Amino acid sequence: MVNGSNRCSQTIIDMERQWYTISVYSENNVGLLNRISGIFLKRHINIESLNVSKSEIEHVSKFTIVIYSTEDWARKIVGQIEKQIEVIKAFYHTDDETIYQESAIFKIASHLLFDERQIQNIIKESNSQIVTVSRDFFVLAKTGRRHEIDEMHDALEPFGIMQFVRSGRIAVTKATMPITNILEEFHNQ
Amino acid sequence: MIMGISSIKVERMNTETLRKEERKTSKTIRISGAEAIIHCLLAEGVDLIYGYPGGAIMPVYDELYKFQDKLTHILTRHEQGATHAAQGYARVSGKVGVAMATSGPGATNLVTGLADAQIDSTPMVCITGQVPRHLLGSDAFQETDIVGISTPVTKWNYQVTNASEIPEILAKAFYIARSGRPGPVLVDITKNAQFDELDFSYEKCTGVRSYKPVPEPDLKSIEAAAELINNAKKPYIVFGQGVILGEAEEQLKALVEKAGIPAAWTILGLSAMDTEHPLNVGMVGMHGNYGPNVLTNECDVLIAIGMRFDDRVTGSLDTYAKQAKVIHFEIDPAEINKNVSADVAVLGDAKRTLELILPLITKNEHKEWRAEFAKKYQIEYDTVIKKDIEPTKEGLTMGEVIEQINKASGHKAVVVTDVGQHQMIACRYAKFKESKSNITSGGLGTMGFALPAAIGAKMGAMDREVVAIIGDGGYQMTIQELGVIFQHNVPVKIVVLNNDHLGMVRQWQELFFESRYASTVMTNPDFVKIAEGYHIKSRRVVERSDLKDAVVEMIASKDPYFLEVRVEKEDNVFPMIPSGASVSDIRLK
Ligand SMILES: Cc1ncc(C[n+]2csc(CCOP(=O)(O)OP(=O)(O)O)c2C)c(N)n1
Ligand SMILES: [Mg+2]
Repeated sequence: MVNGSNRCSQTIIDMERQWYTISVYSENNVGLLNRISGIFLKRHINIESLNVSKSEIEHVSKFTIVIYSTEDWARKIVGQIEKQIEVIKAFYHTDDETIYQESAIFKIASHLLFDERQIQNIIKESNSQIVTVSRDFFVLAKTGRRHEIDEMHDALEPFGIMQFVRSGRIAVTKATMPITNILEEFHNQ
Repeated sequence: MIMGISSIKVERMNTETLRKEERKTSKTIRISGAEAIIHCLLAEGVDLIYGYPGGAIMPVYDELYKFQDKLTHILTRHEQGATHAAQGYARVSGKVGVAMATSGPGATNLVTGLADAQIDSTPMVCITGQVPRHLLGSDAFQETDIVGISTPVTKWNYQVTNASEIPEILAKAFYIARSGRPGPVLVDITKNAQFDELDFSYEKCTGVRSYKPVPEPDLKSIEAAAELINNAKKPYIVFGQGVILGEAEEQLKALVEKAGIPAAWTILGLSAMDTEHPLNVGMVGMHGNYGPNVLTNECDVLIAIGMRFDDRVTGSLDTYAKQAKVIHFEIDPAEINKNVSADVAVLGDAKRTLELILPLITKNEHKEWRAEFAKKYQIEYDTVIKKDIEPTKEGLTMGEVIEQINKASGHKAVVVTDVGQHQMIACRYAKFKESKSNITSGGLGTMGFALPAAIGAKMGAMDREVVAIIGDGGYQMTIQELGVIFQHNVPVKIVVLNNDHLGMVRQWQELFFESRYASTVMTNPDFVKIAEGYHIKSRRVVERSDLKDAVVEMIASKDPYFLEVRVEKEDNVFPMIPSGASVSDIRLK
């Protein structure tokens, strides 16, 4: 299967690939996450990040899923997701079309805050907040684009990070979501 | 476990009389979850279900016993058989088929049928018992996560852990199974929810707010489609099961006749249009007809109606109908541009959208274009069909058996096929006057489908002749369902086309694996004796001179009948589009 021409078309496909943020508005249901993740599994597409939360409308959940794929796949996946009974509406957007953020928290040994000047500079430059300081450790929180968090992580790593965690992407679209009307209808029911 | 049941029973009997009173006076009655399940089924118009009992579903079976005058339960010999029977019933009647099983192995045995119903859009509700709620997640005896397992193969599924949820969830299950693009639904009900009481009242589900089963037709797309059709020189229709599910057969015929457009069926669309209609040009796909396949790449407008461009239909997508404008009539938005991109997508229920487009269509005949199909048919007839249905060689062919069945049944039988060469031959040559008459496992290709599906089909259409055409391989996958046929005297006609091989796989081995017949040769038992063991009238045909008489006898029989026909062992099915090849490269030999 791996021959010259196939590779060539593979690179073309790779070039067409980019980050897509999939937003799914749904009923709040136990099995739905399984159902949705199965759609990616069936197509062998990796979920790069996943966030589930409430949405702007009461009792409506919102999944924010990030994938790296072609537009064709993003569209087809959204079609399959939207088909699920408890899904109200699903959308996909490119990074340009969204305002998106991720959050990260770092747990670092307290003495470093005093011993290592550089750390204080990193905190300032990265625009992160100190959430708490105790005798043994302090906690830094940072919200931003993924690369900003990556940069901060790389800067802190040489000093030692006790714990690190980053959230899934959360995003809102620049344009209005065409969902709003439907949701309002629900709201009025 | 058993003790649990009897103690609850005593308690229930005490309230029995009281409850009868209540039923008359108020809409709400206090009953057990198990009894509620029966009332839900009755309220949905269900009078027949297929299933198999076991520990976790026993309370429901106990109620089935009490309600047996209103609701017939057919004990299949395997839960897979229950699902296929429910599918056969659903496909022939258009109603929702119902299957029931216990937890654990009972539930997992439903998976093949669920997957089959999912890919072939068959309305089915499966009810499974589950361990009591307090044991969930404890690896209890016969606990299995059937909701997790069945998620990818169901349109919807749900686990009920509370008796009070039963009416609403079952109402929703039936609604979802039958509405829009139909499909299978599984409801898993914990044992405590079956025992516990609830205040029961039933309201049919009329909508789920997050689910829009039928998209509103968009008049602009209908106008655009009409314009393409009216200006086409070589328009071509390919119709699928959407026409049958949407009961749009009349509308399809009207469109075809008014616009003079040749129309071909997908395997699941077969019987939506009389096979003898002069504009019905045959089958598309891997073993479809020659003209319908090659002319796909010559038409100028391809009108796909209720079909989903399966790879077995299209062959290589890179060379599929590239020259044509594509109009796609479809109920499921996710099918649009999934495999073949549509120039015009007409979303909606086929009956509705075809009704809307009809007045916009100008009359036409397309004589020259139709003559192309006739020419191609002649080529196929000379090289393939004649040899298949009027063979001169010694060995019997599958095609001539189908031809005899056509003659004996007057094109009126429901034909249920299994999977393999016999299926392709039957779908190529069987003749149909009526819709909902071709029952086969198309999308999943499930061997073992036909025998139980034929039982369901017969029960769903008692006034119709039901003939199952099965291979010697697939027959042995669900052969135990002969027990149902015997026990209930289900007058289905079973034809096993015995070639002593897993014929279709053998054909691929011959064509693509240099005839290395790995595990496709079978030493078969005496099928006639087996049928006799079940007291089913049976006959074996080994010679051509005997065939017609045997088929006539079979069709005339009022009782179930088993016919084994020994056919040529190494025949191949042609034409054939090798997998991944273009429809234009269909092989005639
Ligand atoms: C459950 C299942 N297992 C395997 C297959 C693969 N398969 C497709 S056709 C076929 C051979 C069927 O043999 P038989 O039932 O004798 O029919 P024939 O092709 O000989 O008419 C097989 C093994 C299948 N479709 N379904
Ligand atoms: Mg065989």
